[in-house]
Amino acid sequence: MIAEIFSFFYQFADVFAFLILSAAGLAIVFGMMGVINMAHGEFIMCGAYVTVGLVHAGFPLPLAQLCGTLLAALAGVAVEWCLVRKLYKRPLDSLLATWGLSLVVTQGMLLLFGSSTAGIGTPEGSFILGAYSFSVYRIVLFLAALGVLGGIYLIFMSSRFGVHARATMQNAAIAQATGVRVNRVYALSFGIGAGLAGLCGALYAPTMTLIPTMGAAFLVESFVTVVVGGANVLLGTAPAGILLAVIRTALNGWGGQIVGQIGMLLAVIVVIRVLPEGMSGWFARRSR
Amino acid sequence: MFKLLNGPQTLGATRVFWISFLFVVLVALVYPAAADAYDVGNVAYLLIWTFMAMGLCLVWGYGGMLSFGQTLFFGVAGYGYAVLATNLGGDAGTTFLALILALTLACMAAAVLGYFMIWGRVNGVFFGIVTLSATLVLSFFLGQTAGPEWRIGTARLNGFNGMKDMPALNVPWRGGESLTFDGVPLYYLVMALVVVVYLGLRVLLNSRFGNIIVAMREDPQRAELLGYDVRKFQLATFVIGSGLAGLSGVLYTSWGQFITPASIGLPAAAMPIIWVAFSGRGDITATLVGSFLVLWAFQVLTVYSQQAALLLMGVMLLCTVVVAPQGFAIGIVQGMRRLIRGRAVHRSGPGEREIKA
Repeated sequence: MIAEIFSFFYQFADVFAFLILSAAGLAIVFGMMGVINMAHGEFIMCGAYVTVGLVHAGFPLPLAQLCGTLLAALAGVAVEWCLVRKLYKRPLDSLLATWGLSLVVTQGMLLLFGSSTAGIGTPEGSFILGAYSFSVYRIVLFLAALGVLGGIYLIFMSSRFGVHARATMQNAAIAQATGVRVNRVYALSFGIGAGLAGLCGALYAPTMTLIPTMGAAFLVESFVTVVVGGANVLLGTAPAGILLAVIRTALNGWGGQIVGQIGMLLAVIVVIRVLPEGMSGWFARRSR
Repeated sequence: MFKLLNGPQTLGATRVFWISFLFVVLVALVYPAAADAYDVGNVAYLLIWTFMAMGLCLVWGYGGMLSFGQTLFFGVAGYGYAVLATNLGGDAGTTFLALILALTLACMAAAVLGYFMIWGRVNGVFFGIVTLSATLVLSFFLGQTAGPEWRIGTARLNGFNGMKDMPALNVPWRGGESLTFDGVPLYYLVMALVVVVYLGLRVLLNSRFGNIIVAMREDPQRAELLGYDVRKFQLATFVIGSGLAGLSGVLYTSWGQFITPASIGLPAAAMPIIWVAFSGRGDITATLVGSFLVLWAFQVLTVYSQQAALLLMGVMLLCTVVVAPQGFAIGIVQGMRRLIRGRAVHRSGPGEREIKA
């Protein structure tokens, strides 16, 4: 009995971790700057490839994952400086430009590295409960997702950068008038967003095959989570993750993976229709 | 009605423009006599995609709604034609009945999805996300229809492998034979459809309807305050644009006797957006010409390397957004105009310059 309940929770935790880890970075970028970053999947790929490359070179896995995250963050700062800076407040243009960037990066990687690279295995370790055995690494991923949520909350609520960032999110012009260096906030936020994407890739690298188009597998899920969550990262991402993970897990259990995937997308369409501003918009309106 | 061929919403109204248009149509009419059958069929194939591009230009460029759903309706109509043509058999003009029914199906699907979104005030980026989600839902759903239980009548859906060998468009011809539309006959059919659709869209866009939807694109609230029901016009635009994508779908399925979920899913869904963004979504002529050229260039490159072709698409998209956000075709036309006008002003003297500014 307990094993069944835990098994359901475990599957929920798996989907929840996937949605939160892939959406967190995108939510920060979208919530902060209104930029739709279609190249989000490529930052995830960057984190994954760097991690795997370093592990093959002899680094221990956690260190390799850390390096993957940092490199993705640096790449994010570079992309922001070169490209995204010109596209604030132009959401459709930012969507197109980052999509172009995504095409260039994936096809370039295909040309340079070929279509598959040797991966690394999931770290061993499993525990048994009742009639089922569960992988420890998936629990690690769930804890990492919770850690990411907690970390975002701490950064944005308790640090000076966080105050500046929230001020910029609310009203960039006034924030700039009070002395906040808005360009630096944007650059750092994009870097944090890209770093979180790299973290997602680094964490999932031991569980997936490495192909240059692997970002696409994360892109749709992260997008729908961000859209359902609404523009306020702090308020919306976690509830959106919980809602979509529950729907997905229930449908997976009922009809299989494809039913789960299709059902989640249909649920997203319904949620957008019912709550056009996402869950954070709904919360914000209720609290007024 | 013919007066409406020229107007404020479309570029190209001078005699030079229309003379060049007639010249191009004439060249296109005699082209099969001068080229071999393979090239003619290839040009027909490239022209088939232009309906989808023109539809997206209408919905996005003139209507202001970024729709990722063109391949959704392409797929609905394409699969609809495949199922209907397989079930009805291929003779006595039933394929044209299948075409009409498939187009109706695509328009109905567009009406339902459009009603859901537009009456729900979904707009801007969220419109794109919802249409993208719907497109992916169809693509995932069709991808898992392998297995003999997935069939409509006698037509099996076949999952990722897609449907093939359905009857191509044909009409009964004299002597008991039927004329199948492939190669040169398909070329003439598609050419005729392109001309009709293009001129029809020009008339539509320069009419009262076109002015209203452009007004809604610019400021929906103001249009509403002037008394127009924004939702009805947006829905009509969406249905027409998606119906054109459906026309592409039916013609594609008939051309290749083949349709798969890959034509609906993610890399394919982005392609119309790239063509239209690059060509210039603000004008129908720019979209038609630009999309045809981009498709042709893409095909030439894909022969060498598909990765290089897609990489070039990505670079084109980047350049378009950063350098010429209104589209390269429009940018080039405006640049040429400035060059010509600049030269004329320079010759006329200082007085003229002030008027022409």
